[in-house]
Amino acid sequence: MKLLSFTALQIKRKILSREVLTADLIKNLFERIYKVDPVIQSFLTLNEDDAINKAEEIDKKIANNENVGLLAGIPIAIKDNICTKDLTTTCASKILRSFTPPYNAFVIKRLLEEDSIIIGKTNLDEFAMGSSTENSSYKITRNPYNLNCVPGGSSGGSTAAVSADLAFMALGSETGGSIRQPAALCGVVGLKPTYGRVSRYGLVAFGSSLDQIGPVTKDVSDAALLLRVIAGRDKRDSTCADIAVPDYLKDIDDGVKDIKIGIPAEYFGEGLEDDVRAAVDNSLKIYEKLGAKIVDVSLPHTEYAVAVYYIVANAEASSNLSRFDGVRYGFRANDIKGIDEMYCRSRSEGFGKEVKRRIMLGNYALSSGYYDAYYLKASKVRNLIKKDFDAVFEKVDCIVCPTSPVPAFKIGDRFEKPLEMYLSDIYTIPANLSGIPGISIPCGFSKEGLPIGLQILTNRFEEAKMLQIAYAFERETDFHMKKPKL
Amino acid sequence: MDYEVVIGLETHAELSTESKLFCGCSTKFGAEPNTQVCPVCLGMPGVLPVVNKKAFEYALKAALALNCTINQHTNFDRKSYYYPDLPKNYQISQNYYNLGVDGYMNIEVNDVMKKIRIHNVHLEEEAGKLIHPDEAGADYSLVDFNRAGVPLLEIVSYPDMRNAAEVENYMYTLRKILLYTDISDCKMQEGSLRFEASISLRKDGEQKLGNRVEMKNLNSMKSVLKAIEYETSRQSELLDRGEKIERETRLWDEIREKSVRMRSKEEAQDYRYFPEPDLLPFVIDEKWVCSIKETLPELPLEKKQRFVESFQLSDYDAGLLIEDKILADFFEECVKEVNFPKVFCNWIINDLLREVKEKKLDIALLKIKPAQLAALVVMINKGIISNTIAKDVFSEMINTGKEPKTIVEEKKLVQISDEGLIDEILDKVIASNPNAIEDYKKGKKNALAFLMGQVMKETKGKANPKLVNELLKNKLDS
Ligand SMILES: [Zn+2]
Repeated sequence: MKLLSFTALQIKRKILSREVLTADLIKNLFERIYKVDPVIQSFLTLNEDDAINKAEEIDKKIANNENVGLLAGIPIAIKDNICTKDLTTTCASKILRSFTPPYNAFVIKRLLEEDSIIIGKTNLDEFAMGSSTENSSYKITRNPYNLNCVPGGSSGGSTAAVSADLAFMALGSETGGSIRQPAALCGVVGLKPTYGRVSRYGLVAFGSSLDQIGPVTKDVSDAALLLRVIAGRDKRDSTCADIAVPDYLKDIDDGVKDIKIGIPAEYFGEGLEDDVRAAVDNSLKIYEKLGAKIVDVSLPHTEYAVAVYYIVANAEASSNLSRFDGVRYGFRANDIKGIDEMYCRSRSEGFGKEVKRRIMLGNYALSSGYYDAYYLKASKVRNLIKKDFDAVFEKVDCIVCPTSPVPAFKIGDRFEKPLEMYLSDIYTIPANLSGIPGISIPCGFSKEGLPIGLQILTNRFEEAKMLQIAYAFERETDFHMKKPKL
Repeated sequence: MDYEVVIGLETHAELSTESKLFCGCSTKFGAEPNTQVCPVCLGMPGVLPVVNKKAFEYALKAALALNCTINQHTNFDRKSYYYPDLPKNYQISQNYYNLGVDGYMNIEVNDVMKKIRIHNVHLEEEAGKLIHPDEAGADYSLVDFNRAGVPLLEIVSYPDMRNAAEVENYMYTLRKILLYTDISDCKMQEGSLRFEASISLRKDGEQKLGNRVEMKNLNSMKSVLKAIEYETSRQSELLDRGEKIERETRLWDEIREKSVRMRSKEEAQDYRYFPEPDLLPFVIDEKWVCSIKETLPELPLEKKQRFVESFQLSDYDAGLLIEDKILADFFEECVKEVNFPKVFCNWIINDLLREVKEKKLDIALLKIKPAQLAALVVMINKGIISNTIAKDVFSEMINTGKEPKTIVEEKKLVQISDEGLIDEILDKVIASNPNAIEDYKKGKKNALAFLMGQVMKETKGKANPKLVNELLKNKLDS
């Protein structure tokens, strides 16, 4: 099983040199999935037959010396809110239980063009609404480092799968920290690209002005590789930027000499657990040792971020989720009399509790008479948060801080406490609100042996620099090489 | 008591772009249900809208033709309401920053020009269509999404109209403008042009507006006018009885010719408008606006005035010509060939329109060309054919699109003006109709007409009537 613990780039080299047959790799991988995933519960749907066929095709191509894509033979797992043609896409919701999209998301099209192998769809909080993957209508995913703990969320299925070597890489999605936070809690790398860097076409929308798809990988280089594939202009997404995509691996080992790292006091305040603080402090020392300069900075509007986020994201969600009505696809309640009852019961029975809570909050924030006080005001404060970052990035190259204030928490601990749950994302949400990219990389472990994530934020479209800074740390440390005992 | 009626109109016009507003699906009317759809216009999960620039351009054209100020910064908003024909349960529309604002349109009633102010012009997506099955007891409805996502222009007037005649003129004038600018086919029977009216009454002399009633389900211009009439009397009766008019939305029942309450103000929907996050705000380039302005055609009322002034046509005739831009263009092309505006005007208004009506022709697909009509008129003017013959030739031209000269030659219709030839025919006719000659000499005037007819019969109508008349009289009187 050693093969399965390799990184994507390592396995790609073995596939290209024909040291490993993709078909064998896939068979090995599914064997492990069948053995381990009944415990971890990271997958909602497996794509085994298709994966084996695709693997054989790729082996044939390589044997014939044909050109292969950047992700040739790399098995990848997809968060189940990203549309895959002919492969069920449920958003972990009952309302989309048997929904099979007639089209591929832009990112899926790119993955297939670059010859990666889609092995299955991973669990998430229903419609990506949550920070623990407990809000799934289907299963509760477990943290590979401690089966009693949550993997974080909402991309918990993807991060748990990569952490447990059930996938070499995965796609997650973020609206407010949903890649970085579970990556931190599962001890893997999670990257949220700049808003507009990756097409959202085919990502089932939650908060349209915040949503981004991003890589979940075993190390920083893999994240660089995967980002290069999924980023770039898509004419079907008007919010997707027409900015060239660099080869993020090219200068990844340029180091951090003379790089200025900003440390925002607001990210080290109350609620930050000691173990996390210690791990982050230690990381900063490593950066200093590598020649980076540490600068104190301030992001004064940070305290409003969570409130602003829950207004903006829920308002957009309430509108985005109105299409699930039982008319054209998805779940429709039985024995309905009339259209109003069809709407009402299909949605009441089809959506879970947290989703309904957010739809109600969102509708409230948009309703006439409240729009100015909530949505409009939140949009204005959001702008101030953006300006905080603009000002800071005039002075420093990046911001380094914890990804999550706490390591993985116990399943059920925060489930009935939405406000506490929402605070899991206080360090990640500002990046979504301001559209800047962020990455979480492993930087230590708690006393209980749970992974801790270090977050690096840069200015918009500076993913290359962000990856460089992350890579410099990773090269110096071995946190990313630790594996959960399963 | 006397009341002043205050009316505003909301107009929806489907734009005649090839593809829908936010996806590439065809907008063609009449296809099999749900054959012109894709994940985007079906509102599938994860899809995103992309704006059709052509639709934007058409909307700008309309806004400019209606003298609106163009909002340089504009965007789309989501308007939320649940209805099965609305795939996303929100309509992408404009609310906060409409494309065009503060415009006006001139109307003309009883030769008096009146300015009707336009509140705004904006772009939105069309909904699908519900199909209720015919079968008795059916417990379902079907939806056809072919129309969903077709670009729709909404034109909102101020409540500046005061009677049905003004409303009628507003509707016709607006329709003409949309047709002239070539941005909508304005087919009310296909639903591509629709009106909603808001009607309120106030005592004569009162400044404050009364509570307005929004009238929906007006399927033709006739319905609009009938609904206004009905609503005026309904409201004035209520007011006369001392009752209050409630602000409400009513539906027009076309069959029973009355309005029924749809919802009261309390039940009014909260559309929860907010900026569409899937589309970036637009900054409209000044240059683009200028270039669109340059492509704007002369609008109907301006054209009418010019026709009256430069061609000395009557107001009525000019009005008929500009009714359809194709006719007006046809007329101008003719005049360019030969400067007989009045003659062409008559040919077009009388003969052309009659043929079009009788033969149910499409004016856009006429076979006859302006240069050909001009040639025909020249032939009459030169005496090559008579007016009577010309009517037959014209009819043939309409049918075949042949040159008048060709038709005249083929059918040997050239007028006979050869005195010698006519003389011969006259002798023949006189010889074979001694009775008529007797009658003439007795003073019976209709004998002359009879003899004329005989000559025409002999020449198959081709003899120059003036000449025949002259020569015949000479012969008989000598
Ligand atoms: Zn479409």
